[in-house]
Amino acid sequence: MELCTKTASELIGMLRAGEIDPIDIVDSTFKRINDKEPDVKAFIAVLEESARKRAEELKDADRSLPLYGIPVAVKDNMCMEGAQTTCGSKILTPFEPPYDATVVEKLKAAGAVIVGKTNMDEFAMGSSCEWSAHHPTRNPWDLERAPGGSSGGSAAAVAACECAMSLGSDTGGSIRQPASLCGVVGMKPTYGAVSRYGLVAFASSLDQIGPFARDVRDCAMLLDVICGHDPKDSTSIDREPPDHVAALDAGAAGMTVGMIKDLFGEGVEPGVRERVSAAAEVFEKMGAKIKEIEMPIVKYALPAYYLIAPAEASSNLARYDGVQYGMREDADDIVSMFRKTRRAGFGAEVKRRIMLGTYALSAGYYDAYYLRALKVRTLIVKEFEKAFAECDILMSPTSPSTAFKLNEKIDDPLAMYMMDICTIPVNLAGLPGMSIPCGLSDGLPVGLQLIGPTLGEQALLRAARAFEIGSGICGMMPGEKMD
Amino acid sequence: MKLTREEVREVAYLSRIEMTDEELDRMTGQLGAILDYADMLNELDLEGVEPTSHVIPMKNVMREDVVKESCGVEKALMNAPDRFGDFFRVPKVIDEGEGH
Amino acid sequence: MKYEPVIGIEVHAQLKTDSKLFCGCSTGFAAAPNHHVCPVCLGLPGTLPVLNRKAIEYVVRTCIALECEVSPASRFARKNYYYPDLPKAYQISQYELPIGRNGKLTVRAGGREKTIRIHRIHLEEDAGKLVHDASGGSCVDYNRTGIPLMEIVTEADVRSSEEAVAYLTSLRSILQYIGVCGANMEKGEMRCEPNISVRPVGAEEFGTKTEMKNLNSFRAVRLGVDFEIERQIDAIENGERIVQETRRWDEATQTTQTMRSKERAHDYRYFPDPDLVPVEVSASVVELIRAKAPELPEPRRVRFISQYGLPEYDAEVLTGSKAMADFFERAASLHNDPKAVSNWIMTELMGCLNESGKTIDECAVTAEDLTALLELMGKGVISARMGKDVFKDMFASGRPPAEIIKEKGLEQMNDETAISDAVEKVIADNPGPAADFRAGKKQAAGFLVGQVMRLTGGKANPKIVGRIIEDKLLSE
Ligand SMILES: [Zn+2]
Repeated sequence: MELCTKTASELIGMLRAGEIDPIDIVDSTFKRINDKEPDVKAFIAVLEESARKRAEELKDADRSLPLYGIPVAVKDNMCMEGAQTTCGSKILTPFEPPYDATVVEKLKAAGAVIVGKTNMDEFAMGSSCEWSAHHPTRNPWDLERAPGGSSGGSAAAVAACECAMSLGSDTGGSIRQPASLCGVVGMKPTYGAVSRYGLVAFASSLDQIGPFARDVRDCAMLLDVICGHDPKDSTSIDREPPDHVAALDAGAAGMTVGMIKDLFGEGVEPGVRERVSAAAEVFEKMGAKIKEIEMPIVKYALPAYYLIAPAEASSNLARYDGVQYGMREDADDIVSMFRKTRRAGFGAEVKRRIMLGTYALSAGYYDAYYLRALKVRTLIVKEFEKAFAECDILMSPTSPSTAFKLNEKIDDPLAMYMMDICTIPVNLAGLPGMSIPCGLSDGLPVGLQLIGPTLGEQALLRAARAFEIGSGICGMMPGEKMD
Repeated sequence: MKLTREEVREVAYLSRIEMTDEELDRMTGQLGAILDYADMLNELDLEGVEPTSHVIPMKNVMREDVVKESCGVEKALMNAPDRFGDFFRVPKVIDEGEGH
Repeated sequence: MKYEPVIGIEVHAQLKTDSKLFCGCSTGFAAAPNHHVCPVCLGLPGTLPVLNRKAIEYVVRTCIALECEVSPASRFARKNYYYPDLPKAYQISQYELPIGRNGKLTVRAGGREKTIRIHRIHLEEDAGKLVHDASGGSCVDYNRTGIPLMEIVTEADVRSSEEAVAYLTSLRSILQYIGVCGANMEKGEMRCEPNISVRPVGAEEFGTKTEMKNLNSFRAVRLGVDFEIERQIDAIENGERIVQETRRWDEATQTTQTMRSKERAHDYRYFPDPDLVPVEVSASVVELIRAKAPELPEPRRVRFISQYGLPEYDAEVLTGSKAMADFFERAASLHNDPKAVSNWIMTELMGCLNESGKTIDECAVTAEDLTALLELMGKGVISARMGKDVFKDMFASGRPPAEIIKEKGLEQMNDETAISDAVEKVIADNPGPAADFRAGKKQAAGFLVGQVMRLTGGKANPKIVGRIIEDKLLSE
């Protein structure tokens, strides 16, 4: 078996035993990348040179570092010195940040080898990776299909074994939905658990960085490295982070798992509903109690989100004006320069959301749209609190469908938005959520979404690990199908 | 509330995105559809409900008043589309009622 | 018809923190553009603000001094607009929940007391600076970006330029006293933007107001406000409509001019900044800050009268600026005659300052040097007249008085034998006046004393000279 197909925990075992060196993994990884990239196109930038240099340096470093020698990919909206950060947008081409995001600093300190920057929908706005200004990414399970988004590149890279693990960001489902469509594990931690410093903002009150991996243990390992308080992020939670790996093997026995009935209904493909319902049986087998719960408010999460997130985005993306960095269209006066630059630099979906958000915040509409959405957010938070009064974790499908065909939804914004109907409520409530593979439907992966209470990552990971054991679904790979 | 093309034109101006009439038409249709969908929020009784801006209740996150070294003028200007000495240069500034 | 001006004043005061409001960059003067910047104040993608604790403390201190209610919960909002000196294309400011509200400041104008209500006090970040270059473009310098500004807004209670200047003078003094702001208008540490309207005397409704910018001194405020009041009255009397607009004071022409021709609706789309969490200043924290707060001008004035026995006028002048009051107190603590200290400061020191255009902060004479001079005069080492010359030298050179006196050989001559010799010589050389004095013409003594002083280079102690002349001429 090639090194690149192994999980990070397997590789760490071999590295610590001295059986292999980081450079062996890098060799295997870049061979894989060279093989797969022409088809999958998971990366915006492959950083082979710096990765090789890093692997050489690591040879004599402390092998007990938590991610010693592990190849990790980073979504292209996280800043890293010495590489471009484009956010999948023309307007940030070129932009080389003069600083490292906190998560990038942490990866480096943990001994990881950063192999590249992954593709994404422009500024993380999209659910298919088709809104990247560079190129679409394809789903390793079926190259005709989308990997999901916006962190489609990070999900596809892990699924195609182009790296052992990766980082994505999740504002409305951008980690969990592509994890679901690509058959990998993806987690959005509690809002504030991972520093946002250096993550190019989309919607600041919703954005969270999180891990992708091929199994739950790797996911927990990466989470352990990136989480924790950061004085550079005022919204970062100040507490001693727990050891997530240590919590993994506690089992699901005695847990109450709530099935959110409202997320199994209309719009969910029968194959998806079937696989996720079957997952409930696995939990029961592992000694958990299943409880059906009703959350009628969650259907209002999507419209609320499509006012709140664009409103914040309209302000966050205002700085792309051609003054300090990125592209600039020439013009005789400053206002024309702003307008021409932003016309040429932003893609259709980003423009749509900037306009929507500007409208929702503008005089006369603030109360009717933005403020109303913030109130609905309060109701959603309360409804989750109620659910967690009787359940330890909640479950639902991650995405209402398996991977859809490229170009299938690109001309219908609302249809695309519906892809996030199960994941968005979790962001609005700031809760931790993850997607784990729970089987195939017509040969395509189906994702099970698990939702925890605030800072309930340990419970989530423990349940997810129990599911892996109970279902025997662990480290699903498109492998043979692709070749 | 039906969204009009003139409103969308004003929003495009506020957003500093140049658009042709044709683009404004298409945008009016698409934004209208999304706003119609968002109108389903009107079904909810929000009387007495407080808005949530911060989902994790936190307060008074502050730093001490300590000077740190700046990043240096070269790093500041490394991405400048038009550098002039140690300045960022931009086209002529005309005041359109904003600014300070 | 008689008109009455209605004026509200917005002041932006630059807070004296060491670092910027949301990052660690220095607020100090930078010689070169874009040198006091970092990814945060440049608003680079991915960066986040973290609030400076001292800035909050300074605003609360100001709230206490201006008798404002301190909001138990305040928060930051984004004010969105595009301008090349605003790197994020939004300014972090406060909107719905400012830190302070409902304060007041009582000032003296035209011999009457007037209370001006404070509407709100909030905290925000400054923008950068645009420099227009010869090529027709503009150059941007972000050194100033992110420097903390405190905005103090009054109710429309001001009724004349005199009241406006009195308010600003008093506010400046308070800000300096509590140590939160340098408050030098010429340096831009305190910027003032009055909004002005006029209405017929007795009318309830407000007229249309204009906002004024570029008033960089108290003098400009007085002239600018007066000009604008007159302009509006003239316009109304000519049947014109006042346009709501921003007008710029032009020093060269001494007029106000429209700044913004195209009136496009402002829509700043304020909303709570999701990158910052609410600030809660509890009542106990307010009390803690109050306990640490420096003494304000008014209580200090009263104390100067009671503690040092100063006249009202002296106390008022000395407490007019914190630095001057500090100078006085330091000197008074070193010398046992506070009234003499006060007299010297009020006449000699302030005279020198006026003449040189310097402020007390730039003055080379220390309180220690001044009291040393007073001691030397008290001991009779130099005369009071000589003391004034020595002071001028101290002011110019910054040297201690003893050094100047020694170098110039200014010590008073008290040696009776030497003086006696000089007197004898003068009597011998001036037999006429000496005879006059003997004959009872007392005024002849003045001439003789003058001659002795001339002979001794002004150093002889005039009291001793007078006594010896009398002794010599009347005892014969
Ligand atoms: Zn800075």
